[in-house]
Amino acid sequence: MKVLVAVKRVIDYNVKVRVKPDNTGVDLANVKMAMNPFCEIAVEEAVRLKEKGVATEIVVVSIGPKAAQEQIRTALALGADRGIHVETDEEVQSLEAAKLLKAIVDKEEPKLVILGKQSIDTDNNQTGQMLAALSGMGQGTFASEVVVDGDKVNVTREVDGGLMTVALSLPAVVTTDLRLNEPRYASLPNIMKAKKKPIDAMSPADLGVELAPRLKTLKVEAPAARQAGVKVADVAELVNKLKNEAKVI
Amino acid sequence: MSILVIAEHDNSSLKPATLSVVAAAKAIGGDIDLLVAGANCGAVAEAAAKAEGVSKVLVADNAVYEHFLGENLAALVVELGQNYSHILTSAGTTGKDFMPRVAALLDVAQVSDIIRVESADTFVRPIYAGNAVATVQSGDSIKVITVRPTGFDPVAADGGAANVEAVDVVKDAGLSSFVGEELAKSDRPDLASAGTVVSGGRGMQNGENFKMLEQIADILGAAVGASRAAVDAGFVPNDMQVGQTGKIVAPQLYIAVGISGAIQHLAGMSDSKVIVAINKDEDAPIFQVADYGLVADLFEAVPQLEEELKKVV
Repeated sequence: MKVLVAVKRVIDYNVKVRVKPDNTGVDLANVKMAMNPFCEIAVEEAVRLKEKGVATEIVVVSIGPKAAQEQIRTALALGADRGIHVETDEEVQSLEAAKLLKAIVDKEEPKLVILGKQSIDTDNNQTGQMLAALSGMGQGTFASEVVVDGDKVNVTREVDGGLMTVALSLPAVVTTDLRLNEPRYASLPNIMKAKKKPIDAMSPADLGVELAPRLKTLKVEAPAARQAGVKVADVAELVNKLKNEAKVI
Repeated sequence: MSILVIAEHDNSSLKPATLSVVAAAKAIGGDIDLLVAGANCGAVAEAAAKAEGVSKVLVADNAVYEHFLGENLAALVVELGQNYSHILTSAGTTGKDFMPRVAALLDVAQVSDIIRVESADTFVRPIYAGNAVATVQSGDSIKVITVRPTGFDPVAADGGAANVEAVDVVKDAGLSSFVGEELAKSDRPDLASAGTVVSGGRGMQNGENFKMLEQIADILGAAVGASRAAVDAGFVPNDMQVGQTGKIVAPQLYIAVGISGAIQHLAGMSDSKVIVAINKDEDAPIFQVADYGLVADLFEAVPQLEEELKKVV
């Protein structure tokens, strides 16, 4: 079966972000960018499904500026077969991303779509669920285990009280949690081979989707800074301060 | 304006997070209806009717809602929600699962995890793991919103007297079914709403050593949390994880033991009122946010802490 994986180019997770002085956003100039960590897990899961003989073809898609092709190449080096790049320099919000992905799902007709549960920049945690809604598919969100069984997929989900397993009929959408797998590294030969794999470039207009952001960002600010406190000498002083100064015990 | 709040519950009791969502709804202003969807959830509806500020409780009691499957819940909320100006729920795993589906089916954007209400169409939410705070304005006719419970002081759990109305809408999308669940059992307070949280990280070295933290937690009536490193190393189950990808907590007192304080962990706890760090590495980033820091070997400090606490609590 064909598996579609969506990946996003975001600021590297180790970078300490800086808010722009004019409060219009976060400064992304000359900042290290990488594949969103949850998307890496999505790619890894698709590759493992292929290694098990469950998936036959892995198509990886990314929406964003020209540079997002780097993240598609990374996915190809990890084992995806071909890429689709929906190129745009505009801001793409979750609902629009879901509409673009729905148009690709309609064309490609994958049996399984795997996305990360959230991107670490906007922290929205929406796109997979919205895609499932628009495509009329079931959704297995926050997955820590995915088992394809005939025309069904069993997804174990990380929920607030523990774990919950649901069975979804295929085609379905799965979003990955951190504990689904440990992504591999791309080897140099695979990086070289990935350069020969095809990437289809298209625009939102080609997919019949008009970008019309519904949410307007009025300002972006740094959070209130928390002052470092004091170092205490020993446990007795700590307990004394918690009781008599902070009055929290 | 009229606001629909979808209650978070486990079919027997109302989760405290719901009271914080009602508080967010009050900040927006307007009539507040509370939807309780589940199976055999009469007790939840009764509790919901007593919540301060709620005008009406709608109860959709049917087996198809028992396990809060996103496909079924979303279909129900879409049908009931058409006539509301705002639809709100808490940003727990259930709300995060069904709410974006509701938004897409209504063809509106969703505003995730808000921590403040500026006006009926403008909201504040953290981005980049809490390292920036965005003020966003929604241009949609129906505002679909998930609320970070720690951002709002809960309304009173009693004093209200809302009418309870049964809703006879049964939506089974037929796309998914419940197979099973494995819930962690604990007598301690719920992590997300606890007044005190004691958390351990990689420095705890193994799951057995978490017993030391549990003993402290028992003295303080606290919940026990963990960093991702401790969860990934298999010391404790994942539902104990505090951070960007785990639970967001904002207790009165947060005690971080053997936790270095990575960006992703700070995202989940840096709104705590008082933060205590116990770590043997004096350069650990956690000390930059801790109100009280103790540079010490946790295996010596934690047993001492237990003794000292026994004297004063």
